[in-house]
This record gives sequence, C-alpha cells and structure tokens, in this order.
Amino acid sequence: MTVTTDVSVRKRGERSPLASTGLHATLIVASVIAVFPVLWVVLTSIKPAKHAISTDFVKEPTLDNYRYLVESTSFFTWFGNSVLVAGITTVLGVFIAATTGYAVSRFKFPGMKPLMWTLLITQMFPMAILIVPLYNLMGQLGLLNQPLGLIITYLTIAVPFCAWMMKGFFDTIPVEIDESGRVDGLNPFGTFWRLILPLAKPGLAVTGFYAFITAWGEVAYASAFMVGDEHLTLAGGLQTFVTQYTSNWGAMSAASVLIAIPAAFFFLFAQRHLVAGMTAGATKG
Amino acid sequence: MAAHTSQSVAKAADDEGPDAPAVRGRSRMTDKRGGARRALATHWYAWAMIAPVVLVLGVIIGWPLVRGVYLSLTDANERNVARTIGANHIEATYKFVGLDNYADVLADPVFLQRLVWTITWTVLCVSITFALGLALATMLNRQFRGRAAYRMALILPWAVPGFVSVFAWRFLFNRDSGILNKLLDGGGISAIPWLDDPTWAKVSVIAVNVWLGVPFMMVALLGGLQSIPGELYEAAEMDGAAPWQRFRHITLPGLRAVSMTVILLSTIWTFNMFPVIFLLTRGGPGDSTEILVTQAFREAFVSSPRDFAGSATWGVLILALLMIFALVYRRSLRKQGEVW
Repeated sequence: MTVTTDVSVRKRGERSPLASTGLHATLIVASVIAVFPVLWVVLTSIKPAKHAISTDFVKEPTLDNYRYLVESTSFFTWFGNSVLVAGITTVLGVFIAATTGYAVSRFKFPGMKPLMWTLLITQMFPMAILIVPLYNLMGQLGLLNQPLGLIITYLTIAVPFCAWMMKGFFDTIPVEIDESGRVDGLNPFGTFWRLILPLAKPGLAVTGFYAFITAWGEVAYASAFMVGDEHLTLAGGLQTFVTQYTSNWGAMSAASVLIAIPAAFFFLFAQRHLVAGMTAGATKG
Repeated sequence: MAAHTSQSVAKAADDEGPDAPAVRGRSRMTDKRGGARRALATHWYAWAMIAPVVLVLGVIIGWPLVRGVYLSLTDANERNVARTIGANHIEATYKFVGLDNYADVLADPVFLQRLVWTITWTVLCVSITFALGLALATMLNRQFRGRAAYRMALILPWAVPGFVSVFAWRFLFNRDSGILNKLLDGGGISAIPWLDDPTWAKVSVIAVNVWLGVPFMMVALLGGLQSIPGELYEAAEMDGAAPWQRFRHITLPGLRAVSMTVILLSTIWTFNMFPVIFLLTRGGPGDSTEILVTQAFREAFVSSPRDFAGSATWGVLILALLMIFALVYRRSLRKQGEVW
C-alpha cells in the first residue's frame, strides 16, 4: 500500500512508515485477541485456586492445580480413555481408507462417481442424523460406555475424510512412479504397497494426525455415549469441572493446559500440510 | 491384465464413456455377461481397493442412516425401545406412525425459530470469518519483519482443541468473575451479561466461533494468495492499476477456487457446530442460542423422557437441508464452469 504522492522515491513493495505502522498495529491487535484467551488459561492454571478469578497476570505462582488434578480427579483415566479411543480410531481409519484414496486417485472405474459423492456427503452428515440410531444400536450390542462403541462411532467420521484427504495426497505423487512400477512387473497392489505408500508417508501422517485431533476433540457422541467418572473421555471430563452449579476454574485451566499442549505442539508442525490436504481433495474432485 | 498401466486403465475408461457397452458389443461381445466379466477383469483391482471403505460405510453409516429414517417414522422414546435392565431384556414396543413426527415438528413454530437462527448464525459466522481471514491473509502475504511470529500467534486458536478453547471463553465471559467484565469495570462500563442475556449470548457464541474459525480461513487463503503469480501484479502496476484495483481484479479472481472450497467447508462445519453452542450456553439462556443440531441432541439426550423419534426427525430434516444446500452450491459452481 504505497502512498501515491512520493511513490517515485520508494522501491516497489516498500511501504511508507505510516502504512508499516498500521500493518503492525493491526496484526498486533489480532495476535493479542488470538493469544489472550489461551494465555489467560495458562496463567490461571498456575495461580492458587482461591485467586483463580484474580485479574493479576501472575499471582503467587504454584502448581497446586496440577497436583489437585493428579491426586483428586480421574484426569489421567480420562486422558487414557481419550488416547485409546482417538489412537485406535486413527489407526483403523487410515488403514481402512488408504487403498480407497489410492484407487480413486489413480483409476477410473464404474462406481467411482457415486463413491466420491458418498464420501463427500457423509462428511457433511450432522451427528444429529446418526446419533440416535447409533445410540440404540450400541445399547443393544452392550457397547454403550465402552471405548469400542465410541471407536466404531468415530469411524463414521474418520473413514470418509481420511479417504478424501488421502486422495488429495496421492494426487500429488506423479503417475510416472506407478508406471515405472508396472514396467518392473508389479501389479497395482504391489505398486501401491511398495512404491506409493512409502512416498505418501507424510500425507498419511497428516491424515492420521487430523483423524486423531478430530476424535480427541469430539464432544457430542462422547457426552451422549459415555457416563460415569471412569468412562469419560477428556471432552466429557472437562465438563465436570464447570457445571451450572460449580465452577472449579483452577482445575479446569490446569486440565486445559495438559490437554492442549500435546495437541498444539503437533499441530504447529502439521498445519501447513493439513490445509493443502483438505482443500486439494475438494478442488480437484 | 497386469500389463495395464494405471494410465491406460484411466484412458480406457475415459474412452468408453457412457455408450461404451454398445461399442464393445459391436466389436466383440454380444452378450451382457461377457461385458460384465470384462469389466470385472479390468476393474477388479479398483473394486478390491475400495471394498473395505464401501463395507465399513455400509455397515456403520448406511445401516444406522436407514434406521434413523425409520425411527423418525415411529413413536420411539426411552420407554419403548428395546433395552436391557439388569438381566431382563425388554423388547421394543414402539410402533409405526407414518409422517406424524414431521407434521408435528414442521407445524411447531419452534422449528422455524431454530431454522432462522441457525441460518443467521451460519451466514454471520462464515462471512465474518471469511472477511477477517482474507484481511489477515492479505497482510501476512507481504514481506516484513516478524511475519512468522504473527502467523504463529494467529494460528494458535486452531491448534488448541475446540472444547478447551470454548471453556477458556466461558471463563473469560463469566459474568461476575470473568476477566472481560472486570476489564470493562476498570474502564467504568457496567458488566455485560455475556452468556445470560439472549442477545448477548448470540453475540458471544458467534464471536467464539469466529475466533475458532479465522485461522483455518487465513491459512487456506494465504496458500491461495501465494499461488497467484507475482508477474500479474507487476503488469497491473505497469498499467497504473491502483492497489484496490489490483486487489479487485487480480487477488479476488485468483482466490476463487480456494474461496469456494473454504466457504463450502466452513458453512457445513458452522451449520453443524455442536460443541460451541453446547459447551458455551447449552442452547440457553432459555433456548435462545439453540441451533438445529443442538435441538436434535436435546430431544434425545437432555429432555425427559428421551424422545428418540423426535430427535431422528430433526436429524433427517437437517440432512435434507444440507443436501439442498450442497445441490444449489454445486449448480452455481457448474454455471461458473467449475470442473466439479
């Protein structure tokens, strides 16, 4: 945004000091809005519980909230449940969907279009349409309050988008590699397994990561299907700290920090590929 | 058949097109079974590869979906569905009632209320998120010091799991002890009932959803911006185009494909956004922030007795609405000559 009057003295792409200040000011405001809620929770988590609602940034820093979380709540049970459910969902989702992603990326076959549409439409399914029949089904199978029930439920979310996202990643691998495999006498399964899959590892990792994060943060099914302190996942467990009647902000903030750190850490590594994967599949359909 | 390269398989399928059987019939085969066998020989790899997904989707999505539609035609609730209490298994006693549930829901003014608010919520969230995401992406697309740091900071809301952020916001919004009201108090402004007043609650849920959604928009649009060739801007500048003209005639058209995608995704996500509403306000105060999906959830899991048939009805209606939206959207893309 050059100011037109003295454009001749500045090189292309340079900004006037005023424009530069404006740019930085806007970005600083936006960054503060983005970071503040997260930062505030982190700061609250190291305040003593009785000062949780204090406006001071730091007040008598202590790890009491974390100690409370470990000693007096089922936090680690919930954490374990979440890891178990999200982990198995991820592995199964990626495993089931990988060959499909490859097939729709490379071959044209009867039934491909309906399949692509099914994959797309199931991704926009609201949980509202499946939650009741799944709840009744799980009830009849005795899978309510069982991790397995939640895993099966999460696969309804994970499988379609894993297939969709992996198609996007396979599309970025040159077809010439498949051809060279065929020339060397590999059949399509061999090509997929020995040549394409190793090349697609980053894509698989990102897809798996996204499946994990989705299951990690799912609220509706987890709230409906899992009851009782020892069966909850993190999304359910966190709700027990802040209800209509009680607000244990200290424990809530400490738990939030412990839930968010691993997720955020991996996320910042994976995010570049994530967007590419999500939008590529959709635009090239 | 192993000699087929993927390319030639793709080409063969391309050449065949819709009238392929006729061509094939003329040249070689006369009976249908031969055609089917040939198709199987050509495509069995592909079919074998998609088999796991087709199977899984059929069992865990297809079957429940059919059951869901069926339940919406019955009077099922928690008292008459099949259930096991201790050692006793009680058979289902609900019965088929036809379209009664649909008539009830559609005749009830609540449906229209929810629909209007859901659409308002979706449109406002998506448009504000898109505008902010585009503005931030345009700024981050320039060269300046500290760009990576800003980017990192702005992405943070996306990196934290959604339900955690929503609790963080509940903490900030808290009427008596939340930091926002304390800051306002410090500035001499009286406390705002963020989550306790119907109008403010609506503002709050939209604000939180925008806060959650901007990073994805920003990163996706930034990717789009970076794929626009710099020469276009140079040429435009040579021709004397003002910054606004460059933005209007180069940037926006260049972002069309990625915008279409992110707007579609974001609309569907927002329309179905359960956690923000459920965890922030539980649909309250009263039922002022209840959207369609939280309403469906409330019918089956919050209200008593649990009304499974009613919830299934809401579910089917929501799905129908989304399908209509997707069809309209696809048609508008087609009109503009998109491939998809």
